[in-house]
Amino acid sequence: MGKHPRQQPAAQLSRRSFVGYVVGGTSLMVAADLTHGAAPANALPIPSLPQVPELYDLNDFLTHCALPTSMLVGITIDEAGDAHFALPRMEVGQGITTAVAMLIADELDLPIERVHVTLAPARPELLFNQLTGGSNSMVSLYTPIRVAAAVARKSLLEAAAILLGSQVTFLVAKLGVITGPGGASVTYAEAARDAASPTSRKVSVELKEAAERSLVGKPHKRIDALDAVTGRKQFAMDLDVPDALPTMVCRAPDLNGTARAVRNEAAVAAMPGVTHVAIIATGVAVRARTFGQCIDAVRAMDVDWKAGTVPGKNSGDVLKELRRAQLPLLVPKLGATSLDGEFVFHFRSGSALEPNCAVADVRADSATVWGGLKSPITAQGLIAKAIGLPQSKVTVNVVQGGGSFGRKLFSDAAVEAARASKAFGAPVKLMWHRADEPRQGRVHPMATSRIRATTLLGSIISFEQRHTSVSTDFTHGLGERLTAEAAALPTGLGNLAFSESVFLLSQELPYNFGVITQLLNETNLDPERFNTSSVRNIYSPDVATANELMVDQLAARLKKDPVAFRRAHLKNKMVKRVLERAAELGEWGKEMPAGTAQGIAVHKEYKGATAVLVEIDCRPATVNRKVRDAVTGPRVTRVTVVIDAGVVINPTGIEAQMMGGFSDGMAQALTYSNHLIDGHFLEASWDNSAYTRQWNTPFEFRCEVMESESKEPGGVGEAGVAASMAAVACAYARATGKMPTEFPINFNDQLHFQPKSFVPSVPESPTDGLDHTF
Amino acid sequence: MPTHTFRLNGETVTVDVEDGVRILWVLRDVLGVTGPKYGCGINVCKACTSHINGKAFNPCSVPIDAIGAEDEITTIEGLADTAPGDGLHPMQDAWLEHDVAQCGYCQPGQIMTAVALVNKVRKEGRAITEDDLDSIRNVCRCGTYSRIREAVRTGAEAM
Repeated sequence: MGKHPRQQPAAQLSRRSFVGYVVGGTSLMVAADLTHGAAPANALPIPSLPQVPELYDLNDFLTHCALPTSMLVGITIDEAGDAHFALPRMEVGQGITTAVAMLIADELDLPIERVHVTLAPARPELLFNQLTGGSNSMVSLYTPIRVAAAVARKSLLEAAAILLGSQVTFLVAKLGVITGPGGASVTYAEAARDAASPTSRKVSVELKEAAERSLVGKPHKRIDALDAVTGRKQFAMDLDVPDALPTMVCRAPDLNGTARAVRNEAAVAAMPGVTHVAIIATGVAVRARTFGQCIDAVRAMDVDWKAGTVPGKNSGDVLKELRRAQLPLLVPKLGATSLDGEFVFHFRSGSALEPNCAVADVRADSATVWGGLKSPITAQGLIAKAIGLPQSKVTVNVVQGGGSFGRKLFSDAAVEAARASKAFGAPVKLMWHRADEPRQGRVHPMATSRIRATTLLGSIISFEQRHTSVSTDFTHGLGERLTAEAAALPTGLGNLAFSESVFLLSQELPYNFGVITQLLNETNLDPERFNTSSVRNIYSPDVATANELMVDQLAARLKKDPVAFRRAHLKNKMVKRVLERAAELGEWGKEMPAGTAQGIAVHKEYKGATAVLVEIDCRPATVNRKVRDAVTGPRVTRVTVVIDAGVVINPTGIEAQMMGGFSDGMAQALTYSNHLIDGHFLEASWDNSAYTRQWNTPFEFRCEVMESESKEPGGVGEAGVAASMAAVACAYARATGKMPTEFPINFNDQLHFQPKSFVPSVPESPTDGLDHTF
Repeated sequence: MPTHTFRLNGETVTVDVEDGVRILWVLRDVLGVTGPKYGCGINVCKACTSHINGKAFNPCSVPIDAIGAEDEITTIEGLADTAPGDGLHPMQDAWLEHDVAQCGYCQPGQIMTAVALVNKVRKEGRAITEDDLDSIRNVCRCGTYSRIREAVRTGAEAM
């Protein structure tokens, strides 16, 4: 470990000088090489041997995978002098379109309103470089985007110099206007006409220093905020594709059951509004004039179902499998010096609020699909295979997504829509019913984490963690068809290797605890049994929660304050800084009433560090408060999040991600899960799954984005989840005096809901809405 | 096929659609009014929240034949026109001020709920409390809940 050679980016001439390209053509098109921006390693001599992520982490891996597709991020300047950039990533609410627009506007000296960021359709030539995941977008694009913008600026200045009869060095570019020494000026629109180059050429540019930038690093509101609050923002189901009628799928009562026959197909086809009914791979699809009529048709179907993939199984059966698959610990249990813990993390749904959905228009010799897809090249390949067309005949358009949380790495709905469109011979607008989402949609894999720490004479001499998980589906690979197929190797071998790679590259215990081993094993039974995905921050929330609970236990055993103990053992300065700042802002150690407590946790990942300090109220009056059809329970009342996210592009965006990450982490600690009973998941609505709602929301939330010593941006989309979940768990343990070992903590309580029917597979829409107005 | 007439965002509309079809689908699938979002279809997630005669309701749970020609439906698209002036509704401005939205999918429903909640509390002659904010059932999977609480208070002051 620790011997990974660091590649020196070939095109980098000096620290600030980069080579980009003007692409030959009739308008000004510039491009930059993705080899820019690979990060130097930071290894320090430390008592615990360095773990892999300290030297080379998942983000380095994803960034380096993007290297072969050089020269492919480009900016075009149109006739009006506006900049256009087709982002080879997907916006799902994480704010990358805003951050990218800020980078381009600053480097190009153009008002941000004149920077137009769209989402690129599937571009197979991009190979690895069209995956939105691992919180890697800004890490990998930070330098190439700036280089491209700098090339555009330089080309415009060169054209303006000729137009103004001056020299580039005497010109000033500001807000899309280039002014010469005498006050004469040309607009970017005028310069762009002459800046186009008939042939491609190399251009050397220098990037602006931080002080020369006016937008980057300062709070900026989302560029799509107005569209969002006026209802104009369009998601896949809002698109007006001619003749693409609503389509839904009737799904089996068993998880992953399939349809053998529809006994009343003619009767269903004759229902009001219904145009088509057909069996597809995942159930029975129905197309109708409205989704309401699709729901009625799904409910009316009498289907002969085949069994699913886990018939008769319960969560307890999966737990037994996980325990059987646990890898052994190396250090033997040594009486009073060993501290053991085992933690169980249940399945939870990766659903976004926008259900799985896609529009598809499949013709005899071509197909077009629209969807929120984070891995569109893989989607293109899967769709082509599903409908028997060459990949080149499938156009995949990427639409902004209504959340993702890892779900949209997969293209389940897009493949289904293509199958349905082919079966019907008509365009479809396919959407999952909410009930299908937790029941049949992708889930965070159930996992256990076993830990043994050994103390000797007041020191921690070993810390071992064995994380065991239901196999996680990484068959979206790195977003590219070839890798996806490699990960789908028979017997799950390819997939296991990739899962282990992700674990190895992302998990890092940031403490000096002597001999540290952290290993992942997967049950590696049939990976097709459960529909899993690397739901937001895949292993880290569970791993961090287990670790941080044990760290509190170790501190207690050694009679140390949790913050003081962490500070003394943290091996990384960045993590220490966020810990200390969170303790200060959140008033660590203040007097708390009985039944309430503070909890603190740290996490290091995504080239940054996060510390979260919460206050929780576990007093009976709070825990037992009543909200109809809801899980109340302990309430987190105050939250302080401190993050070092590396170079900050948009602090507003980072704060938003921390708040969202907290809502996510808290839900996973306290309320949010899927119960597997008799071969299917019981949850079928938001009230059932109990994701964070307003009645769970803290009264006070504060986030501070620290000034960083890092020279590169870190990933933020997932960075807030792990420490949040861990801090809530630690606070709960301190408030109740009992360390929780199963998550969410209410998993074994009596169910708070009456499970909805499995046949029909979706609930009827109520008709009494007018009785509940306010 | 039956004909249904009602008022939508200040205009009278007439649609041909079967009785029983919930208003959400009349708006989205028949009329192409896509501000109200689908998130559950069972009046749980509140993503479709709109107003009927000035009160919040969930069109996923009201059949088209339950309303009449005089009933006025306001969706997020028509909200700004219910406030004085040419700009946005003060609650929309508050949402912008706090940069509430992330993916934005739930936000039309959140804003429509917030406006109705403020109106309700005001009719009761009191200010918004933490309990009032706790009573908002709209799901936001991005987890913008804390900003929503702040924006509702800001919007209430401006309304």
